[in-house]
Order: sequence, then C-alpha cells, then structure tokens
Amino acid sequence: MTLVWLILIPLLGGLVAWAAARWGSSWPRWISLAALGLDLVVALQVWFMGGPLAKGDPWLIDFAAPWIPSLGISVHLAVDGLSLIMVLLALFMGIIAVACSWSEIQERIGFFHFNVMVVLAGIIGVFLSLDLILFYFFWEVMLVPTYFLIGIWGHENRIYSAIKFFIFTQAGGLLMLFSILGFYFIHGAHSGIYSFDYFHLMGTPMEPRVAMLLMLGFFAAFAVKLPVVPLHTWLPDAHTDAPTAGSVILAGLLLKTGAYGMLRFVLPLFPTAVENLAPIGMALAEIGILYGAILAFAQTDLKRLVAYTSVSHMGFVLLGILDRNELALQGAVIQMVCHGLSTGALFVLAGGLQERLHTRDMNRMGGLWSTMPRMGGMALAFALASLGLPGLGNFVGEILVLVGTFQVSAAMTIPAVEGLVLAAVYSLAMMQRVFFGENTRGWKLPDLSMRETVVLGTMMAGLVLLGLYPQPVLNMARPALVHLNRSAATPVSFHTAPATIHSRGPMKIGLHSRSSADPTDDGSFRADTDR
Amino acid sequence: MTSADVRALLPLIVLTSAPVLVMLVVAFTRNHRLTCGLTVAGLIVAAASMGPAMGLAPREVTPLFVVDGFGLVYLGLILAAALAVTLLAYGYLEGRKEQPEEFYLLVLLATLGAAVLVIARHFASFLLGLEILSVSLYGLIAYDRTARRCVEAGLKYLVLAAASDAFLLFGMALIYAETGSLAFSPTPAPEMGRAIGVLYGTGLAMMITGIGFKLAVVPFHLWTPDVYQGAPAPVTAFVATVSKGAMFALMFRYLGPMSGVTGAPLFAVLSIIAIASMFVGNLTALLQNNVKRILAYSSIAHLGYLLVAFLASRPTSTRAVTFYLVAYFVTTLGAFGIVTILSTAERDADSLDDYRGLFWRRPWLAGTFTAMLLSLAGIPLTAGFIGKFFVMTAGVGSALWLLVTCLVVNSVIGIFYYTRVLVAMFSSPPEGAVVSAAMPHSLPGRVVLAVLLGLLFWLGVYPNVFLFVIEAAVAA
Repeated sequence: MTLVWLILIPLLGGLVAWAAARWGSSWPRWISLAALGLDLVVALQVWFMGGPLAKGDPWLIDFAAPWIPSLGISVHLAVDGLSLIMVLLALFMGIIAVACSWSEIQERIGFFHFNVMVVLAGIIGVFLSLDLILFYFFWEVMLVPTYFLIGIWGHENRIYSAIKFFIFTQAGGLLMLFSILGFYFIHGAHSGIYSFDYFHLMGTPMEPRVAMLLMLGFFAAFAVKLPVVPLHTWLPDAHTDAPTAGSVILAGLLLKTGAYGMLRFVLPLFPTAVENLAPIGMALAEIGILYGAILAFAQTDLKRLVAYTSVSHMGFVLLGILDRNELALQGAVIQMVCHGLSTGALFVLAGGLQERLHTRDMNRMGGLWSTMPRMGGMALAFALASLGLPGLGNFVGEILVLVGTFQVSAAMTIPAVEGLVLAAVYSLAMMQRVFFGENTRGWKLPDLSMRETVVLGTMMAGLVLLGLYPQPVLNMARPALVHLNRSAATPVSFHTAPATIHSRGPMKIGLHSRSSADPTDDGSFRADTDR
Repeated sequence: MTSADVRALLPLIVLTSAPVLVMLVVAFTRNHRLTCGLTVAGLIVAAASMGPAMGLAPREVTPLFVVDGFGLVYLGLILAAALAVTLLAYGYLEGRKEQPEEFYLLVLLATLGAAVLVIARHFASFLLGLEILSVSLYGLIAYDRTARRCVEAGLKYLVLAAASDAFLLFGMALIYAETGSLAFSPTPAPEMGRAIGVLYGTGLAMMITGIGFKLAVVPFHLWTPDVYQGAPAPVTAFVATVSKGAMFALMFRYLGPMSGVTGAPLFAVLSIIAIASMFVGNLTALLQNNVKRILAYSSIAHLGYLLVAFLASRPTSTRAVTFYLVAYFVTTLGAFGIVTILSTAERDADSLDDYRGLFWRRPWLAGTFTAMLLSLAGIPLTAGFIGKFFVMTAGVGSALWLLVTCLVVNSVIGIFYYTRVLVAMFSSPPEGAVVSAAMPHSLPGRVVLAVLLGLLFWLGVYPNVFLFVIEAAVAA
C-alpha cells in the first residue's frame, strides 16, 4: 500500500488544497507543501528502510491488485532504485514548484495547486507503474493539468503553447497505446496469456520487423517528451509560456518521464530493436545536443534560452540510454537528476527576474549584478552547473555518459564533447547579458527574498552533493540499471522456443520473485508483497 | 401469444400505454409538473418491467421481435437516456412560451420507436419502429414553433428522413425479392462462392443509405449540423443518443453477422464510410464556432470510431461497440445537458462566447463540461478513454491496421476543437460583456448532470461492473 499512498497523498492533498482556497490564499500553499512533505517522508522511508524483495532482485516493493481482470489489466505498482530516485526527484521538484510560485500566482490559487498536485501524482504514477495500461493511464493524467497550468497561468502565448503541448504529447501517447495493444495481442497469441503486465510481456519473442514497429510507437511517445530533435518544437513554447512552477515541473519532471520510459520499457522490452535503432537514435541525440546548444545561444528570451539548454542536456540522457552500458546508464540517471535541479533553478531565477522586471528579454537586462548581487551569485553557480563544471552534479552525469559513449564509439563522443564547449558559451553569454556589464537601464530591484534564497540554496546543495559524492544515488540505481541492461543485453530471438526463454536470466528473476511463475496466472490478482 | 410472450414484451407494452395515459391527462388538465412526472414514471416502470423480461431472454416473440440480452442492454440504455432527456427538458421548457406537455408525449413515442428498433428482427418491425421514431422527431425538432431556425431544422429533417426511409423501404423490397423473406435472421449472408445477387446487393446498398442517414455517417451526414443547431437542446441530446444508439443496435443485429468476412464488399463500404466519417467529422469540426455544431461534427466522427469497433471480429466487437455507445451516451447527454442548462428562454447557449469564462462564473457546470469534453477526446479517468481503448483493442485484435491508424490520427485532430471549447471556458470573461441571466438551474437537470458526471468517472476508472453486465447479457 505504500506505493498507492505515494500517489494518493498528492492527489488528496490537491483536492483539499483546492477546497481550502476559500479560507484564504495561503491555505492551498501550505496544504500542498504539507502533502508533498509527507509524501517525501514516505518515499525517504522506502529509501532508508527498504531492501530488495529477494536476493539479486532490483525490486524493493511490489504491489498488485486487479483492475479490469477480463482484459488482464491490473494495478501493478513496483519500485526499484531507479523509480525511487525519480519519485524523490518528483517530490523535491514539486516542493520547489509550490515554493517558487508563492508570490507569482495570485489568481485562482486553489485550482492552481490542485493542478500542480495532480501532475505530480501522475508523474509519480508513471514512475511506479508496471502495467502498461496503468502506465499509459498515468502518462495521460499528467497531460490535462499541465495543459491547464500553461493555458491559465501562463504568459503571452499561453493558449497556443498549451494546445501545442497537448497535441504533441497526445499524438505520441496514442502511438504508444497502439504499440501497447499490438504487443498485448502478439504476446497473447504466442503464450495464450492476455496480460498487460510488464513481467509477462518481457521477453515476448517476435519478428524483428514487428518489434521495430512496436518499439517505434513507444519511442515516439518518449521522444516527444524527452524531447528528441525534431520532435522538440513544443518544448521552447511550452517552457517559455508556462508559469514558473509549470516550467520547473516541465523541465524537471515531465522530460524525465520520457527518459524513464525509455529505460524502463524500450530497453528491456525490445532489446534487438533498440540495437538496430541505436545508431540513428544516437545520431539524433548528438544533433539534439548541438542544435539545442546553438539555438540556446541565439535566444534573446531568457526562458527560451533555458528551454533550449534542456534540449541539449536531454540529448546527453538519450545518448547515455542508447549506449546501453552501465557507465552510460548511470550517467544518464545522474544527468536526469542534475538537469532537473539545475534547469529547474534557472527557471526559478528566470521567473524571479520576470516578476521583478516584467520582461524576459535579455536585451533589456544587463548589469543586474550590481543591484541584485545574491541573485547574480546564484545564477552564476547554476550557470556553471549547467555548463558542466567539475564538482557539481551535471559534470558527473556528463562525464559518465561520455566515457560510456567512448566505449561504444569514439567518433560519437566527439560531437557530444563539442556540446560541452557550446554549453560554456551559452551559459556564460547568458550571465554576461543579464548580470554583467553596465546597468544601463538603471534597474533598481529587490534582491532574492529569504524564500527564494532557501529554494535555490537547497537546489544548489543538491547539485554540490551529487557533484562531490554521487555514490548513494549510483548505488541505489545500480541494481535496477544492471537488471534493465541485462534484459537488453540478452536479446531473445524470434526463433527461440518459449521453453528456453523461461529459463533465461531476467525473465526468470522477474517472474520468480513475483510468485507468478505459474503461466496460467493472468496477472490479475496477486498478494500484496508490500512491506 | 402466450403469457410469457406478454411478459417478455412488457417494457414495450408499458411504453405504449404511457403516451396514451399522458395524452388523456393532458386533455383534462395542463400541468407541466404532472405531465413530466407521469413521463418519468412511465419510463421507470418500463425499465422495471425489464426484470421479468430478463428472466425469459433470449426469447423470440412473434416473428417480429426477439427479446435477448443484447436487446435488453440497449433497451435499458435507451430508457435511461430518455429519462435523462425528460428531466433536462423540464427546466428547459419551464421558462418558455410553448405549452410543454406535448413535448413529453413525443419523447415517449420516440422512445417507443427506438425500443422497437433494438428488439426488431423483421423488416416490418424495423420500419414500424423507425417511423414511430422519425415522426415523433419531426415534431420534437420543430417544437419551438416560433423560432425560425427550429422550424427550418424540422423541415430539413422531415424531407431528408422521408427520403431516406423511402430508400430503406425500396431496399427491403429488393432484398425480399431476392430472398423471399422479411425476417432478419434467415437473410442469407451470400454463401462463399456464390456471387451476391444484383437485387440483393442493390437492396443492401439502399438499406445502408437509410441506416447511414439515421446514424449521420458520411456521406449521409449533411442534415446533422443544422438539425443539431436548430433543435431545442434536449431534443438534440435525444437525436444524438437515443436515435443513433437504437439504429446502431439494429445495424449490429442485422448487418453484424455479415460483417465478419474481411474483404467482402460490405466490409469495404463500411470501412470507407468509417474513415470518411472520422476525417470529415473532425476536420469540419475544426472550422465551427458554434458549440452545438462542434458537437454535431464530433458525433459524426464518433460514429466513425464506432464503425471501427463494429467492423472488428466478434465477440470483442460486441463489447467494444456496447461500451463505446454507453460512454458516448453518458458524454453526449452530459454535454448537451450543459447546453440545456445554460440556455435562456430566448435562445440556446450555443455560441462559443456563451462559454467564455464559464469556469470562473460557474465552476461546477464548467468542470462537468470539461470532463465531458475530455471524455469525448478520450483522455483517461473518463468513460471515453475506456471506450476508445476497447475500440482500439477490438481493431488491433482484428488487425484493422488502416482503420485504427485513422482513429489514432483523428483522435489527435479531435483534441484541437475540444480544447478550443476548454480554452473558452477557462479564459477570462470578456470585458464589459453582458452575461445573459440564465434561467435558474432546475433541480432535476442538475441531478441528471451530477449522475452523468459520476457515471463518467465510474466507467472511466472502474468499468468492471458494467463490463460484467455486458458480458453476461451478450453471452445469454
């Protein structure tokens, strides 16, 4: 039940926060913070108290209950190290998002917090689901509240951006649903068990061409979210027009759901197809790294600049995932966490600037350090994190990805390293244009408030911690990544007889530890192995 | 006719007596509340009398009817929808000039016609049901005699429906000439190897024209937007749900057994109709600024989705079609329910401007409408998602790749215009706009909307109970 509560607490908190808006404007804020704090405690408890369900098993908690048994759909939630890291990131960024919108959002506060909390519940659900339909369900649950966040509380072009975001993600999502259904029927025809359960579907033998098509359906959904160039065009618009909290959640979390989906589903479910796709995918990742960086440099809108840096940074994540070696996967996870923190913080700063200046145009800024030294210092620190300064988390992630890529192909590493150089260019150029130089317009602005300092300070502390001592995160993610990667590394060919598949490593571990090795079990009902 | 036959037909008998009773009461005393109450009571008694019929199903009553689980599910659906329309209409008619009593009379009659359609197994009962339904709808659509648009819609429907009924009748005659039987069940699906007779083929094509008109699928859809727009909002809800649902059930019973053969001309024709309906419906809806017209085109597209499920192989298609129709009923009734409640005595609330800023004025109504629109778009948590999921499952399971791909593409297109309405509701109210004082919300209308909203989420989150009902009914 712990896992169900992880999802329910934000959801209920959101409902209460909405209802509490009638008592005053600070009620929804405090209630949201309290609910997220409580959820964070629950998640941390799993981190510190939990151990693997069985030796050699990456899973910490597994929960399954029937949902629509006649179709083999169940509420199957489970957490392993990777999921847990992502859930903790989600809750942390959620708290940041609530805290950073404290003064920005002054209208319809209750409904705003309801939407924030529902997005978070959907994101946590995505990180925990192991039933493909449940996963799709949460995947779509994230969509509508994000649309509202952008469309109601956003900036100038909010309607356009919100609809664009909605359509891009929904199109990707439907392609994924198509693939999920195709997978379901192929598996059902092959084994006689019609189930959407992750462990049942894993290792389904299929023709390479079919596997490729199904994989592309999943890949489309995740590539839109990640985003992979050329499916990224929604991102600059959505990030720019979203309110600060929306940008923080988009950059910090929604993009990560795409990467998570690739790690959790694409790699282990379609091992051979991924191998075939990898060269193209990696090329796209490289293009994303360079293209995002170059476009970031060309922006005059501060939030748009930060948005394009996301495209560049998420290119590293995709590269790491497609390298499919342990180092690169570790790097991708660290990069996901650190990108969430650093880019989230840059959006908080951009939001803070917009609140003070009422503009995001960098041509109208300059020399702001003199009037806001604390904000300038913070911005410099996060800009350095973003460009990959050693000692801060992003460096660890990027270097791991690069080392991992080098093992796969030295040639592929070269453009990615160029990305680091370009990152330095756009980060420092941003600092130059906003904070350094002459304060020609004579801005006189209040410096960071206590609240903002605490928010940004916490994020900085996280980056420093991850930069100097990333080992706890790496240790936590390791069993899960090894497991995912082993599934990927032992491709199941179409001609392999089913009997031998069952004796293979990952499949066996998966089924064995779920006490559902009995093939007649349709995955509809299992004991709660929660502890 | 044995007593068991009578018991099996009891719902229809109740539905036949109810209008007579209402007519007599209206002759003596005109009382809106009493008439509405009697209508509601008639519908509830008819629904309750399905109980004895259920025990007897499946039973063939005379050559005309078959009372089986499938028919009873649809009968229940139609009665429930008619009840919802009646309750919504109460508040709508309360503030208007016309005498409201005859409205209920016509609703009861139209419901009777629809009920006949879902249990028909003979061309005679088919035509009888269809005519009862159509003739009552002429009156209902033009009910507001003083409004030009209303009368225009009624006339349009009258002319086109009469023409399509003529097609249908001619088709029946041709098929009869070929097969020598008016009953559905023995209508021979042309055996393998034997070419379809010219008469039979022509007859079938004409029948599809007639059926297609009632379903408003492309290319027989041209009446839909005008009639949807012109008719009073509760009537639009009735046309969109009861009339289409009953016809779809009939088509399922009549054409269903023939549709399994992939590659048959019938399959090809219906596939083309499905694809055309999806694309024309969704693309045209993009251009509309009138909420009723948007919903009209969206319903054309939704019938296209339904045809995808219809073309899938059985038994998954039965489940998909039935579930999708239920979701469609709930959603459509909810959407037009909102339009009904927001309408004033002067005009229906059908312009997008009527919805601008609605969320900040009436959060509950706007929230309900949002849920209905998201359900139409097939977003999770709502019945529409599970419905679309079943349709896709049926389509993928039967390897209808082209159709399912079209469905996916169209679902994306659909989001454009659903979000347009959403955007209007969540935008700030226009400066200085005169917010027309809507009628006080009628309690029955609000109850109906609350129930529909509850159903929407219940079906969307935990459809098991309803699935069980469908499976049990269809298996029987």
